[in-house]
Amino acid sequence: MPEIRVTPLGAGQDVGRSCILVSIAGKNVMLDCGMHMGFNDDRRFPDFSYITQNGRLTDFLDCVIISHFHLDHCGALPYFSEMVGYDGPIYMTHPTQAICPILLEDYRKIAVDKKGEANFFTSQMIKDCMKKVVAVHLHQTVQVDDELEIKAYYAGHVLGAAMFQIKVGSESVVYTGDYNMTPDRHLGAAWIDKCRPNLLITESTYATTIRDSKRCRERDFLKKVHETVERGGKVLIPVFALGRAQELCILLETFWERMNLKVPIYFSTGLTEKANHYYKLFIPWTNQKIRKTFVQRNMFEFKHIKAFDRAFADNPGPMVVFATPGMLHAGQSLQIFRKWAGNEKNMGTVGHKILSGQRKLEMEGRQVLEVKMQVEYMSFSAHADAKGIMQLVGQAEPESVLLVHGEAKKMEFLKQKIEQELRVNCYMPANGETVTLPTSPSIPVGISLGLLKREMAQGLLPEAKKPRLLHGTLIMKDSNFRLVSSEQALKELGLAEHQLRFTCRVHLHDTRKEQETALRVYSHLKSVLKDHCVQHLPDGSVTVESVLLQAAAPSEDPGTKVLLVSWTYQDEELGSFLTSLLKKGLPQAPS
Amino acid sequence: MKLYCLSGHPTLPCNVLKFKSTTIMLDCGLDMTSTLNFLPLPLVQSPRLSNLPGWSLKDGNAFLDKTELIDLSTVDVILISNYHCMMALPYITEHTGFTGTVYATEPTVQIGRLLPSPLKDAVEVSTWRRCYTMQEVNSALSKIQLVGYSQKIELFGAVQVTPLSSGYALGSSNWIIQSHYEKVSYVSGSSLLTTHPQPMDQASLKNSDVLVLTGLTQIPTANPDGMVGEFCSNLALTVRNGGNVLVPCYPSGVIYDLLECLYQYIDSAGLSSVPLYFISPVANSSLEFSQIFAEWLCHNKQSKVYLPEPPFPHAELIQTNKLKHYPSIHGDFSNDFRQPCVVFTGHPSLRFGDVVHFMELWGKSSLNTVIFTEPDFSYLEALAPYQPLAMKCIYCPIDTRLNFIQVSKLLKEVQPLHVVCPEQYTQPPPAQSHRMDLMIDCQPPAMSYRRAEVLALPFKRRYEKIEIMPELADSLVPMEIKPGISLATVSAVLHTKDNKHLLQPPPRPAQPTSGKKRKRVSDDVPDCKVLKPLLSGSIPVEQFVQTLEKHGFSDIKVEDTAKGHIVLLQEAETLIQIEEDSTHIICDNDEMLRVRLRDLVLKFLQKF
Repeated sequence: MPEIRVTPLGAGQDVGRSCILVSIAGKNVMLDCGMHMGFNDDRRFPDFSYITQNGRLTDFLDCVIISHFHLDHCGALPYFSEMVGYDGPIYMTHPTQAICPILLEDYRKIAVDKKGEANFFTSQMIKDCMKKVVAVHLHQTVQVDDELEIKAYYAGHVLGAAMFQIKVGSESVVYTGDYNMTPDRHLGAAWIDKCRPNLLITESTYATTIRDSKRCRERDFLKKVHETVERGGKVLIPVFALGRAQELCILLETFWERMNLKVPIYFSTGLTEKANHYYKLFIPWTNQKIRKTFVQRNMFEFKHIKAFDRAFADNPGPMVVFATPGMLHAGQSLQIFRKWAGNEKNMGTVGHKILSGQRKLEMEGRQVLEVKMQVEYMSFSAHADAKGIMQLVGQAEPESVLLVHGEAKKMEFLKQKIEQELRVNCYMPANGETVTLPTSPSIPVGISLGLLKREMAQGLLPEAKKPRLLHGTLIMKDSNFRLVSSEQALKELGLAEHQLRFTCRVHLHDTRKEQETALRVYSHLKSVLKDHCVQHLPDGSVTVESVLLQAAAPSEDPGTKVLLVSWTYQDEELGSFLTSLLKKGLPQAPS
Repeated sequence: MKLYCLSGHPTLPCNVLKFKSTTIMLDCGLDMTSTLNFLPLPLVQSPRLSNLPGWSLKDGNAFLDKTELIDLSTVDVILISNYHCMMALPYITEHTGFTGTVYATEPTVQIGRLLPSPLKDAVEVSTWRRCYTMQEVNSALSKIQLVGYSQKIELFGAVQVTPLSSGYALGSSNWIIQSHYEKVSYVSGSSLLTTHPQPMDQASLKNSDVLVLTGLTQIPTANPDGMVGEFCSNLALTVRNGGNVLVPCYPSGVIYDLLECLYQYIDSAGLSSVPLYFISPVANSSLEFSQIFAEWLCHNKQSKVYLPEPPFPHAELIQTNKLKHYPSIHGDFSNDFRQPCVVFTGHPSLRFGDVVHFMELWGKSSLNTVIFTEPDFSYLEALAPYQPLAMKCIYCPIDTRLNFIQVSKLLKEVQPLHVVCPEQYTQPPPAQSHRMDLMIDCQPPAMSYRRAEVLALPFKRRYEKIEIMPELADSLVPMEIKPGISLATVSAVLHTKDNKHLLQPPPRPAQPTSGKKRKRVSDDVPDCKVLKPLLSGSIPVEQFVQTLEKHGFSDIKVEDTAKGHIVLLQEAETLIQIEEDSTHIICDNDEMLRVRLRDLVLKFLQKF
């Protein structure tokens, strides 16, 4: 029985190190290859030994697909390809291919240079890994091999984020990666056609949330930033260099312009400036509005937002700083945080411990930092909420749904909702757990046009209410399957038809002459078989379609007539019906 | 399958393909060479131009009479191959009752809307026929659905169309139109040269039944690389002597390559201080758009975007102030204008646009040079109304489309069964009738078409895809007839929906209804449309007799006849004639007996 098997190596009832193995029609595909932010040990990468215990990665996997450039989706890629060893193709979109190596290098620097980790992947490994990447266009059907094809759809999560359809014959799986169903200030909404996959693997970050309107959150954000700078405070916004940062920049830029504000906005240097440049060059991946107006004004050329210099942090007076990384766990954002945290006038966002309400933090070197600044958590990350997920499921119309990239409890809720409201099976395997879905793919064959047209012409007749049977012969030669009419099959194989004919003797009591008996048979059949062609031939015989009836008088008994009913195997139903009908005798002769 | 040929212009094709109940228009180019029949539209009324004798409006409405062959409202889809081949689109989508979809790539649409056309750019002039308004152009463009290379687009479940990179311009495509058993390739405006676009996808054109070939180079004798060299040296010569260079051109396409050449050339030629001006209402848009279509560019340019840097060096020319662009000669340009200089502006026909002004301005001095690079118009005809001219005229047509040598190579490589092309390609050009190498050479010879012809394409469809439901497939019993060939008889219910065919298992025989209603005899009449399989094989008499005995028949006699045998079952008063290709069972009216005998016979035969 054919089946689809799915095993998450990461992101199974969890957020982080997304990595999902899919086996479909004998092909093995790995979806994403991410790292986990929450761990610094082995658990930060997916457990590839699940595959390697049985052999090499390259032998097992037909391809790897990366949905977008976030590290929890691609962070383990150099480790996977260069350290564990994978030489097959890795597919991702052009923007992902452009930005992914930069984030990997950044990640590597923090891990090795700042945290001093040994045995981490090197810059060269990132380069070698990226050489294995094949870039895909949106909606392009990429033929991985003769049977396996993949196709990218717009996901709207970050620049270049894509959902992927993986298809072999008539079986298919769609993997959403991370996606957003509502357009934001810089990206459009995710879209997929009614591709009816066997399985839809969807993220479920916001499985239980119906998020309030984006406008409200934006207004809230702007108000808080504005209030802080109005009272002379400094605002620190820790962000990841690419993605939300650009959306918030556009938001602040337009606000500053509208309110005619002069307070400086800074963007931490290096990576982020570069990031804006990527957005400028990949304009076709942004939303409709930006695409339409970019010639007049490229939204990613900011007037109010300047590059940040470390010295600026000590400047007096209000300012807004976007600094990386977003989790406030290292780098520039942490440095600035340490400087500003002591002043209650200031405002900052994010940071796990701070968010959980902790006000005293132990820093490296046992130094304790007291947090007096205001801390606000604002989520702008572009994931679909419960409504959006349901909407996407509705768009694609899958046979089953599988949830990844979310918390187990929330998944449970969404799973019920999907099963009840959409009446589709829903699964939520944990890491290392395999879900098996039996499939029943139909088998494509070639039907000869003559046979098909003959059948279709019959099907168009008004009286064809009963399902009509098509009869033909399937010729299987190697992997070439053709359905042809029986006559053609015989002809092609050089075989002669063997005719099987039956002749039954039906005894009738009738004293009249043979001709008259035949005539009686004729009128009887004519009255019963209204829809058939019943004929009385000049030689005295009667035909019903191609069944032949002849009356003869046996010499020994003049009171009995023998009716010879003769038909071929192909007319068996009719022949058999006629003999049993005649066995009952003829109706009383008209006087 | 038929091809309706609506355009006789080989580089501005317009054909309609009827294929499997779909009607597909391949390109809708508009022949604009007739603009040469008009007088130039000067900036200010010029007494000289308006007094020229003999320059009358010849057939001003030469285009737009495409409807005589086919009702254009029946067209289901229009496939656009590049931005030069869509100029008649508003006419078809807005004036013919067309209700279908247009497919084109994003660069084709974005650049196509920038391209000038006398139809929209000169509408206010009464002597030019006004074809459509800006609203109509926008409405036409809104009917376009954007597609990407190698995207498979299903049309009504019957046909699949796919655009492929053609290597000629940003977003330019060839198209595959195919069903499961037939494949038509439509090649239009392709290039094998390495310029800025993504390279041509040749491999996907393989195994075509028919390849429709249009859009070859218009200047088969000119080598584009040589022409670029000549362009640069003539430009340098003129500027060094203090003259100005005028380049009449389209605002997109070859200009990107020319700017790139100049970017490399001007420093080495010591011309870095000479200003380059690009004047067009869409100059800015064209330059900006070229930088954002990284995914449609050749590999070299793509990898620049990864750095991230703009793919075209004209960004740097603009940054360093070497290249300046203006929407028109009015405004800023008149203040910045310094001579000697190089001006890129349109229209290449010299009939409208700012180029008319520069021809008037610079034509009188022999220091200046006009360099023609666009191959679409005869430069002599273009210049005619400006004669006598003192300025130098250089003709460096740069046409990167396929030449005949490349076509031969391509056809050998992709091996289509039949080639269809405009008749111009099947004979040498009229001006060079001895050049037998300037025509298509393939086997079998190409089928040629001319305008207003209908070609029946030479292939017959014989198979169609059908899906067998898994339940039905499981019930089939394959039988090996010859080594490697197996057969299975199929009796199934045919379902057809949206041009997709599906075979389902036959319904189970209905249970006899136990109603009180008395059954009428005619209810039992069998449906004679139920087909029984054909039989094949032969029956070995001895084995047959053994089988009969095994099944309880006794008293069997066998007689030889001329053609076979007669098996007599005396007890049952039954006679079975067995010959090589036939068996005849003659018995009493005993259905049980007959069925038993039938089944025994069938054991020796194969069903088809």
